[in-house]
Amino acid sequence: MKLINKRRRFLRDALALTGTVALAGCDQLSQTSWAPKVLDSATALSHAAQRTLSRDAMAREYSEADISPVFRPNGSTDPQAPAYRALAVNDFRDYKLAVGGLVAHPLSLSLDALRKLPSRTQITRHDCVEGWSVIGKWTGVQLSHVLEMAQPAKAARYVVFRCFDAMDDDSEYYESLGFDDAYHPQTLLAWELNGKTLPIPNGAPLRLRVPRQLGYKQAKYLRRIDLVASFKDIEGGRGGYWEDQGYQWYAGI
Amino acid sequence: MASTPEDVVQPHALPAEPPPAATLRRVVYRHTLPLRIMHWINAICLLILLGSGLQIFNAHPALYWGQRSNFDHPWLRLGATQTRDGKLQGVATLGSHRFDTTGVLGVSKVDGQATVRGFPAWATIPGPQWLSMGRAWHFFFAWLFAINGVLFVAYALWTRHLTRDLVPTRRDWRGIGRSIIDHALLRHPKGEAALRYNVLQRIAYFVVIFVFGGGVVLMGLAMSPRMDSVLGWLVDAVGGRQSARSIHFLFAMGFIAFFLIHIFEVIVTGLGNNLRSIITGRYAIEETSEQPAMSGGGASEIPDTETHDETHQ
Repeated sequence: MKLINKRRRFLRDALALTGTVALAGCDQLSQTSWAPKVLDSATALSHAAQRTLSRDAMAREYSEADISPVFRPNGSTDPQAPAYRALAVNDFRDYKLAVGGLVAHPLSLSLDALRKLPSRTQITRHDCVEGWSVIGKWTGVQLSHVLEMAQPAKAARYVVFRCFDAMDDDSEYYESLGFDDAYHPQTLLAWELNGKTLPIPNGAPLRLRVPRQLGYKQAKYLRRIDLVASFKDIEGGRGGYWEDQGYQWYAGI
Repeated sequence: MASTPEDVVQPHALPAEPPPAATLRRVVYRHTLPLRIMHWINAICLLILLGSGLQIFNAHPALYWGQRSNFDHPWLRLGATQTRDGKLQGVATLGSHRFDTTGVLGVSKVDGQATVRGFPAWATIPGPQWLSMGRAWHFFFAWLFAINGVLFVAYALWTRHLTRDLVPTRRDWRGIGRSIIDHALLRHPKGEAALRYNVLQRIAYFVVIFVFGGGVVLMGLAMSPRMDSVLGWLVDAVGGRQSARSIHFLFAMGFIAFFLIHIFEVIVTGLGNNLRSIITGRYAIEETSEQPAMSGGGASEIPDTETHDETHQ
């Protein structure tokens, strides 16, 4: 009987210890330089698989009845950068979106010029990496249209979005897309939310919409767009502000 | 020397003459190597997927039904309030019911400090709040879990493990009432009968593999904004992306319920024997020599050095 009790206690302790060691081991591994890279290899697999399975498929578009009463803003909601404040006091009348980098025709587009381009309106879902979803109606120009105006050079591989909002460490928010997402018909540079001029908390005067990716890809407060061959030399080198904090560049999952 | 059946059931009694009946301990080869490997890969995957899943849940510890989040009406929320004396109080809200869950849900200690977080640090991977790392763990082991699951189903179909051992037979269904009573009374089959999965076991394994396992993967995919461009029908079928997130969570809770029952049954039906069978494949049964000493359920017989009386084999 005693032996059985001892054996039971040993097994119980062994199980508890295994569980604790396993969880603590995961914490330890998370701190190494190699384990996160191994784990991240799954993202490349997810990206390849999802690209193959979905290709150019359209994100679901909803009806007016599905629109969220409040489109919850997240991240920066009121940028304080002087250049941004100066534009905001004047209702962004002096705003110009610069498009440059590896392009044949660098552009400088005012809001009026952007509004004159053919526009698209779509009611799409916004999925935050935290897990929640809101639905809103967006109006803007297809990014593909602006890219065709600028004529990307052959060497260009990525579209980099630079923003006005400074983050905690004083680096500016930025994001990037590959050409498959950049040329997707639902990828917009949007100036209208739910039929009204885009409010400041949601990214005025112009923000990116990429409905097949998570919220942090939908860069707000767009300042300029650059076409590049690689984003290795930009900021942290991982293609975006949150990517530099460890989030996946491919945010389709 | 008089030999009675009472004498021979004594494990170490070695009668001079062969008795008419004896209790034999026979070891059979129960679980094949591929099944054992897949079982343990699955166990590791589930542990890590659960821990990292709770980490991801903690980034927004509330669940909703529908396409979008109705922030004022989650059906489940693990939140926090402050009491009048300034102490943090964990509050779990389930529908219209509120529970004080301080210490575990909503508010729990991190490095000795009461902290606002959905699930406690001991249950999440990594322990501290770290969404991006939780996602990295989750998606890596999600692939492993899915690949392992597909291989298991293929193997189980190929070897007929699925149709022979896991699908309840008509006779199984008829005996379900008695099986429920037997389980409640912790009465478990012995001998040959122990080699065969009983009806509740078959239902449990079948539901866990195909409903929970298949469902948790599908609901995970339904949460991917990219996959939703081709899985719209699935998202709509369950009521929307936020419903998919809720169902994904409920399947995970289902896995926990299965895990607890599984561990309980493993212990009450012989922890050592069960553990040995899922590590080495060898499972011991006791039977009387009056039973035909043939192996059932595809388990092959192995000569066992521990058999006390081999004269009746």
